[in-house]
Amino acid sequence: MSAGWVGTTAIGLIALGASCAFWFAARGRTPGIRHDGIMFRALTARGAIAWLLGILFTGFYVVLYFYEDLQGKGLPRVLDGGIRLLDPLSRALSGHDADKWFLYGTLYTLAVLVMGVRMLAKYRHNRYHQVRTCSVMFFQLGFAYLIPAFLKALAQPEFYFSYFWPLKPYYLFPSGIRDLISRPGGVGVFMIAWAAIATFVATPVLTFFYGKRWYCSWVCGCGGLAETLGDPFRQNSDKSLRAWRIERVTIHSVLVLIVITTVLLWLNAWKGILGGASQTFERLYGLYIGAIFSGVVGVGFYPIFGSRVWCRFGCPMAAILGFFQRFFSRFRITTNGGQCISCGNCSTYCEMGIDVRAYAQRGENIVRGSCVGCGVCAAVCPRGVLSLENGSTHADRYAGADRPVQAFLEAAGVRPRT
Amino acid sequence: MHVAIIGNGIAGITAARELRKRKPDWRITVISGESDHPYSRPALMYVFMGHLRYEHTKLYEDWFWPRNRIDLVRAWVTRIDVARKVVELDHGAPIAWDQLVIATGSQSNRFGWPGQDLAGVQGLYGLQDLELLEGNCRGAKRAVIVGGGLIGIELAEMLHSRGIAITFLVREASYWSNIMPAEESQLINQVIRREGLDLRLSTQLREIVDDGKGRACAVITDRGEKIECQLVGLTAGVSPSIGLLAGSGIETGRGVLVDPSFRTNVPGVHAAGDCAEIRMPGGKNRIEQLWYTGKMHGQVLARVLAGEDASYDRGIWFNSAKFLDLEYQTYGLVHMNVPGERNLYWQAGDGLHALRLVYTDEAVIGFNALGIRYRHKTCERWIQEKRSVEYVMQNLPEANFDPEFFRRHEREMVRAWKEQIA
Repeated sequence: MSAGWVGTTAIGLIALGASCAFWFAARGRTPGIRHDGIMFRALTARGAIAWLLGILFTGFYVVLYFYEDLQGKGLPRVLDGGIRLLDPLSRALSGHDADKWFLYGTLYTLAVLVMGVRMLAKYRHNRYHQVRTCSVMFFQLGFAYLIPAFLKALAQPEFYFSYFWPLKPYYLFPSGIRDLISRPGGVGVFMIAWAAIATFVATPVLTFFYGKRWYCSWVCGCGGLAETLGDPFRQNSDKSLRAWRIERVTIHSVLVLIVITTVLLWLNAWKGILGGASQTFERLYGLYIGAIFSGVVGVGFYPIFGSRVWCRFGCPMAAILGFFQRFFSRFRITTNGGQCISCGNCSTYCEMGIDVRAYAQRGENIVRGSCVGCGVCAAVCPRGVLSLENGSTHADRYAGADRPVQAFLEAAGVRPRT
Repeated sequence: MHVAIIGNGIAGITAARELRKRKPDWRITVISGESDHPYSRPALMYVFMGHLRYEHTKLYEDWFWPRNRIDLVRAWVTRIDVARKVVELDHGAPIAWDQLVIATGSQSNRFGWPGQDLAGVQGLYGLQDLELLEGNCRGAKRAVIVGGGLIGIELAEMLHSRGIAITFLVREASYWSNIMPAEESQLINQVIRREGLDLRLSTQLREIVDDGKGRACAVITDRGEKIECQLVGLTAGVSPSIGLLAGSGIETGRGVLVDPSFRTNVPGVHAAGDCAEIRMPGGKNRIEQLWYTGKMHGQVLARVLAGEDASYDRGIWFNSAKFLDLEYQTYGLVHMNVPGERNLYWQAGDGLHALRLVYTDEAVIGFNALGIRYRHKTCERWIQEKRSVEYVMQNLPEANFDPEFFRRHEREMVRAWKEQIA
């Protein structure tokens, strides 16, 4: 083993140690919901530690995304040490030296794995959480970390099979497709086909049968981080009606922006009428939405605003999946008769800020576009009132479920309500 | 028309909301000395344990009440004057009403134990008790909890979460055995002991010992044992809170006496929820002190207030609770000694899941589920439709409400039951 591996090994051991600590700490307690003291601790209840951690996360993202700018102003290369530590690992996986994105990917994957172990220990009495946590760990490690690195080693495009348009808009941009098609061999074409099928076929079909959770809390890397690293902070999402009003405006605005960007780029590729304007649009979307919103704000503010800020207020993929879930899906959270005691555990621990109790205490099922199906509401309910179900009928979904297109047009204001 | 409601618990507040749906222009006032806004009483334990903040337990956001024009008044009612149709408050002007609802809830039972009024001795019912508990548990190493019911085990779990050792005195030979059949009750005993709580069955409180400064320092049981403790929780049930009504002319027994439409003897005055004692034909009056019954009382009462012809029928019984980590749901008649009843009971090897079916020759009449969630609507429908035990066993998986990927036990249960029947 060369000296270069020492750093990588050290990082690995730290991760292993942390995982073991979470595992054995939980093993000492009887299985069950252990939320004791969450509202008292500075880390989980927006105290000083939470703010410090928030500043640390935010600072990390600022450095990560705006690294070159900082250097230009004479600031030191803060990430370089970490990147060099990972050179041997990066060379082993991808045949190249590490760069800052490799460092980021490694830390991200380790966070999902270590905090995933924490989830597995915390929910060892709950198979739903075990299965879906294993799923996000698998997709992060395999699809979002190892496979892209191997592809790089094979001189193929660094393709992420678990991200699709519009979350990863580049895959359906003309420049992205041109880039993939230009690669030798059929791999690029396969990737284009994968991306298109995922967006236009898998998304509606899987969402119809299982709700948006098949992606948001089982496959997606952003969701994976939220479900693992973000879990200790889920109770900090805002449940107010005001927050919901803001959410509806922002998430749909981002969706509109990315659709416009995509259309402009294609128009430009087709006719060339817009010159550089469409590229400027693409660059601005990447900066403000991709970097600042999904990265700096989305993860940086975990300890203060909860784990799903980006997924809830920004993600255009979540917006599309949400439309399907709301109007064209069998998925809903069912309420078990009149057993709700209005305690508020479900709403409090909903990372998406859905006021679950508002439905449960009226005995109504929950059909909300934003629900990522994490299942924590059902797990924390002390009376067994909530269950995530893929119904075979429309009967218990919502008014108009038997004619979803009409209901959708009514909700969108295109057709008057009947 | 002005309806005044005393008490913002689930019965009073359900009545207010349901009445608003029916009468958009009536004035509705809800008076409470306990809290500014209606909150979930069963969630008190989660506030103490730090799962929730008090704000999280509010039934609705604060804007809900002005938007629905339900006036919330924070004051204790000191007197009800039915002749002048006003209620007097501990502060502020008296409130005049056209119809009055008494929904004052319950208070913790104290059976005249020596030392029951010492500092460090308390019940658990409302927000004020929670504040008291915060003070009382400071520096406490051991707490003694008296009374083996649902509030007792909640209080035990609460204090246990703060690292306070618990001794749990239960009068019965097994926990909650007046409600639970022996097997389930045994199973809960085990769960309590596994969690490290010192459960003393068939043991009653004789007296609480004064430390000489007016504070509890120990209890003495009916077996003569002395248990050192810094906190005593009295959770031997609750009884209607009706002290306010003395001399008002409103008839009371153990609770406020009402007919099945929640009307008292005074026209325009109603009572519902924990504090109501419903007169039943045959003389066996009913006092119902559950969250669910409070809610159902409120729903019926709103219709009565609005002038509809409605009376309370609690339908097929249901209830649920959680004993530490063990969830419990029940539907229909269980442990009621129905003539001709037979029982099928299944328990998992780990002692954490159990299901009971109660049936007669004609039909299934009750379900008890521990550590397994069962569907309210399905069980209710089967009981209503008088389904046979064979039918229910055949369709049992339909009633399972556990999350996806959970181990399904139905096949094993039915196999065991078929052997039992044969």
